[in-house]
Amino acid sequence: MKKLINGVDNIVDEMLDGMVAAYPQYVKRLDGFDVLVRADGSEGKVALVSGGGSGHEPAHGGYVGKGMLDGAIAGAVFTSPTPDQVYEAIKAADGGKGVLLVIKNYTGDVMNFEMAADMARDEGIEVEQVITADDVAVENSTWTTGRRGIAGTIFVHKIAGACAEAGGSLADVKRVAEKVIENVRSMGMAIDACTVPAAGKPSFDLAEDEIEIGIGIHGEPGVNREKISSVNDIADKLLDKIFAEGIYGSGDEVAVMVNGMGGTPLMELFVANKHIKEVLDGKGIKVAKTLVGNYMTSLDMEGFSITLLKVDDELKKLLAAPADTPAFVQV
Amino acid sequence: MSTRIYDCLKAIGEKIIENKDFLTDLDREIGDADHGVNMARGFQAVIEKVDQDNPDIGAALKKTGMTLLSTVGGASGPLYGTAYMEAAKVFAGKTEVNGEDFGAALDAAIAGIQKRGKAEKGEKTMLDSLIPAKDAFSEKLAGGASLKEALDAACVAANEGIEFTKTIAATKGRASYLGDRSIGHQDPGATSLTMTLETIRDFL
Repeated sequence: MKKLINGVDNIVDEMLDGMVAAYPQYVKRLDGFDVLVRADGSEGKVALVSGGGSGHEPAHGGYVGKGMLDGAIAGAVFTSPTPDQVYEAIKAADGGKGVLLVIKNYTGDVMNFEMAADMARDEGIEVEQVITADDVAVENSTWTTGRRGIAGTIFVHKIAGACAEAGGSLADVKRVAEKVIENVRSMGMAIDACTVPAAGKPSFDLAEDEIEIGIGIHGEPGVNREKISSVNDIADKLLDKIFAEGIYGSGDEVAVMVNGMGGTPLMELFVANKHIKEVLDGKGIKVAKTLVGNYMTSLDMEGFSITLLKVDDELKKLLAAPADTPAFVQV
Repeated sequence: MSTRIYDCLKAIGEKIIENKDFLTDLDREIGDADHGVNMARGFQAVIEKVDQDNPDIGAALKKTGMTLLSTVGGASGPLYGTAYMEAAKVFAGKTEVNGEDFGAALDAAIAGIQKRGKAEKGEKTMLDSLIPAKDAFSEKLAGGASLKEALDAACVAANEGIEFTKTIAATKGRASYLGDRSIGHQDPGATSLTMTLETIRDFL
């Protein structure tokens, strides 16, 4: 394993201090915790708090700032943060109007965030939660843990964050967050696995000509392994699964995210996006906004995910609202 | 000199730390390659934080649970943390272990894990070792066996539980994303749970 690190034990700690050093105008760190909150505070507005394992940078700390998150908790690499950390984030972010937790649907994340929410409610803080589950690679069944929350979560941060910034109540913010969750779907793939620093070796092995379809964002293997083909063919496969949801049709408007997994050149993401746009045009689906870049990564994994969000006037307006954070700036 | 309960918890911790890579490799097959790393980090903290001089078993288990909760993360943190904290209630104020209390503690741990993880037996989780272990333990104890003999039976059942997890697909936790591809692999949580029971048996 080759990594630019000082030691596997201090990565998260050093990363957070490095982020604060780079963006003191946006974020500050809670003393003694792996939590970033807005440097300018969240007084008088509903606070949005998210987080999860580290290794998905810029998620989630990079989205702390005006118009998106008020607090972000960084767990160990690919490991949900613990309840005490989430609890501190809720307390620090609360501006007196309540806190909405944006949780990605993983067994550990849900358990840890729910325990923290219970602790905060005992202290009289109003806490609500939404759970993102946009990954169509996973069957949505009562017999599994359910779909994973992946890159589509960023649209929840953006849109619910804009609603909170505009003075929306906790109920309003939760409602728009749930509207995004209902209308957003994603699917990803990898041409090569990632290496968790503490594990020291790739999380799965792929032959030179193999790809993994339906990967998550934690180096967990996908649902299908196959021979590599052109990026257009691969994008078609991902889009077919997303279209099979029956949410997106002719005349609809969507926001598109072509998300890099951390090790994929932007060049390749733009190549993918060219084709995605053509496919959407062909189906009569209008593109309201496109994001191409590394928004929800998986360490050094090579691959990408496609996310579609169906937008109505309300979501479009909130999506277009200004945001000013380390990783997402929109005037 | 440290107390028996501290020494026992330390032995469990050392067993987990010793098997860090093994547990992580099991998790790499069907999960996200961190079970051993996370559990080792948690038990390192347990070894450092649990009071070596207080013989109160309940207090030591409670501290263990809270420490795991705040250091392990993932799903294992809340699940093991809850298990130890629920077992702690059975042993509150006690300095000796008998079979009846140990069985009650296993019951309490199972109930806590089920409430937090919303899982049942047969979903390829730690419960597939823990529930059969508890059943074997109680049956043996009811038949007049000693605590150690009952724990022996529990460990046999827990190991059978590990073998059983190889035959089924996961429906809880990250391994559930693999669907039938998780068949053939043993569950890391059932494995660390079995190590825990074996260490307690060997310690007694």
